[in-house]
Amino acid sequence: MRKIGVFVCHCGTNIAGVVNVPQVVEEAGKLPDVAYAVDYKYLCSEPGQKLIREAIAEKGLDGVVIAACSPRMHESTFRSATEEAGLNPYQCEIANIREQCSWVHQHEKDKATEKAALIIRSMVEKTKRNEPLEPIGIPLTKRALVIGAGIAGIQAALDIANGGYEVVLVERLPSIGGHMAQLAETFPTLDCSQCILTPKTVETGKHKKIKLLTYSEIEEVKGYVGNFDVKIRRKASYVDWSKCTGCGLCQEKCPQKVTSDFEGRLGTRKAIYTLSPQAVPNKPVLDRDNCRYFQTGKCQICAKLCPVGAVDYTQQDTIVEEKVGAIVVATGYDLFPKAKIGEYGYGEYADVIDGLQFERLLSASGPTAGEVRRPSDGKVPKEVVFVQCVGSRDPEKGMPYCSKICCMYTAKHAMLYKHKVPDGQAYVFYMDIRAGGKGYEEFVTRAMEEDHVLYLRGRVSRIFQDGDKLIVWGADTLSGKQVEIAADMVVLATAIVPSAGAKDLAQKLRISTDEFGFFNEAHPKLRPVESLTQGIYLVGAGQAPRDIPEAVAQASGAASKVQALFSGEKLVQEPTIAVVDAEVCAGCGICVGACPYEARILNPLRHIAQVNEALCQGCGACVVACPNKASQLRGLSSVQMMAMIDTLV
Amino acid sequence: MATARIDPTFVRLVSQRSGQVIAGCYACQKCTVGCPTAPNMDYAPDKVLKLVQLGWKEAVLRSSSIWLCATCDVCGKRCPNNINIAAVMDALKQMAVEGGYSGRERNIPAFHRSFLGSIQGWGRIHEATMLVLYKLRSRDLLADLDLGVKLIVKGKIPLLPRRIKGLRTVRKLFRL
Repeated sequence: MRKIGVFVCHCGTNIAGVVNVPQVVEEAGKLPDVAYAVDYKYLCSEPGQKLIREAIAEKGLDGVVIAACSPRMHESTFRSATEEAGLNPYQCEIANIREQCSWVHQHEKDKATEKAALIIRSMVEKTKRNEPLEPIGIPLTKRALVIGAGIAGIQAALDIANGGYEVVLVERLPSIGGHMAQLAETFPTLDCSQCILTPKTVETGKHKKIKLLTYSEIEEVKGYVGNFDVKIRRKASYVDWSKCTGCGLCQEKCPQKVTSDFEGRLGTRKAIYTLSPQAVPNKPVLDRDNCRYFQTGKCQICAKLCPVGAVDYTQQDTIVEEKVGAIVVATGYDLFPKAKIGEYGYGEYADVIDGLQFERLLSASGPTAGEVRRPSDGKVPKEVVFVQCVGSRDPEKGMPYCSKICCMYTAKHAMLYKHKVPDGQAYVFYMDIRAGGKGYEEFVTRAMEEDHVLYLRGRVSRIFQDGDKLIVWGADTLSGKQVEIAADMVVLATAIVPSAGAKDLAQKLRISTDEFGFFNEAHPKLRPVESLTQGIYLVGAGQAPRDIPEAVAQASGAASKVQALFSGEKLVQEPTIAVVDAEVCAGCGICVGACPYEARILNPLRHIAQVNEALCQGCGACVVACPNKASQLRGLSSVQMMAMIDTLV
Repeated sequence: MATARIDPTFVRLVSQRSGQVIAGCYACQKCTVGCPTAPNMDYAPDKVLKLVQLGWKEAVLRSSSIWLCATCDVCGKRCPNNINIAAVMDALKQMAVEGGYSGRERNIPAFHRSFLGSIQGWGRIHEATMLVLYKLRSRDLLADLDLGVKLIVKGKIPLLPRRIKGLRTVRKLFRL
């Protein structure tokens, strides 16, 4: 005989207003194996929990049924109360008589009372057959992988590394810094972007706990939280970085000029190159597709001139294997291509540029050394039109969302333009000014009032070339007029989209993305830096459009999550997962296909199914699939399930 | 397509003259909502500021709005960006007069000129001569005539003007 206690909660009037609680308690008390039955107004309150603890001790209960709300609400509350009283927490079960009874049968009180009693009886039947369970400990590799070394990835890597854990930081480009390295100055304080970024890139490059893998991409990710196995492709740079001193002679002497993506295709680099003078690591890579030696078989100037003989044309891609316990995804954004916008010239007008291109024109290390000169003829533009919401807030173009950073960077662009060309005029076409952030609204006001930037509320319908001018047709909805501006240059604040390859990476990581390709967080408010896959965290603009302060805050948030994960010796997992009875399993493998979490493999030696305890979520798909009933759920065996059903029907 | 070119130099001239930061206007329309004469204006006060920002000089300087403004400054008191719109209207009036712009509201400037002319002549208002000047300027000889007769009968409009003592000082003001 078991000694089970039944505790019925009134939940104020939520339950007691419909269900006749005293009657339910009386019936429960008469059940065999039930030693004690009682009701209370709010069992989740501290006195309510005390009632449970004291009853367990005084009556010597060996099982507890709490008839209350959904187990999603307070199962953990009551299990820990049970544990505090010295009973195994998995001897505590919840009979849901609120969501599944009183709330849905408000007008049938008698029947609701009958149903509540039945639900309690079935849970008593289950509890009778409960066995004590212990949480499972999973081994844990205390190293983190950070994918993407823009400001978000760098911050996450630094925070985790400074917490004392090793970090592998993987970056697709030859050097770290991401888009922030392309920016001239940053809103709303106008600090020079490089000046605030380089201390972080230098620290990252030198950090003893950070293993930097630039010019590398994620090839394959296997495993699960605490135990990921990652294969990383290091692309051949054709330069032996262990020998290279970063003297720069090769890129100085290389005869092949190539249009530079880093410069927004407004400037050139060499076939052997680093992204910028402040590049970390300051080691060049050779662009095979544009190298004269690789294309014609002649040249080799870089190899001949290199004082340390670091150039190695025979280098191949290599695969690096890393074992990590957590992954931070910081893959960032791209800009929506202006070639997709017909009404603004399909990207064909040289002087219609995007925001990142304008950053390069403003940057001292950019193609014009910081002078604002338009791409077509190098003239200083005297009238510049900035257009916001290009692609953003445009469901027709597939991006109904606000790209968030454009209002601020456009104000900054217009302001910086005026600082460089004081006799020039800047115009901004906007739909709304979204300047939510510390000092942001004031910044936009400053652009209007101090730098005489003319803000026009409306969209631009068309841009076309007329001689050496770009004619901009737009609306000013505040005056209700259509306006026309003959501009020398147009800067489009094109929409933020997830970076190329993000979707592919999401598949490798088995994390989900939204319809636009941004990574999905576990909860939009309360778990914003976690993915739904345990052990994988999301930071920066890959998750949604973000500005620098937000990306940095998110990165630090994710880093603290990773450190919390690494703080224990082992990972603790709920024990209510599947087990395979080795005696019964025939090794048919049906369960392997049925498992949605890839938690099932066939043991190749014993030819029976095996559960990966870290991956199993206890969904029960294998239990249903198994023809021999060798697969069982701990805490909810087939025997328990049948007993419950027998009670109910 | 009836599009118009923008002239960003105009807003600077008006800002300078009125001493107001017109670029600070974010078009909340609080000025217009409180304005007692806005319903009769061709451009409400917020629109006037917008047109100034756009540099549509002709439209602004020929508008009725600048003359219908009673300079009560309710708009300026309520403006969240601290723009004294009455001062802007005054500056626009001056520019309209200097530039010889005439619009729909011709009688109001004619009245202003007659009023000031009277003061320049006598140091104070002399209603009879002022009204004659105004009627000649507005070419509307018959309006309010009955009211004028009543006032004369009651002795409210003296026939002969009287100069004030400090006429010289008042005239000096006109030369400033």
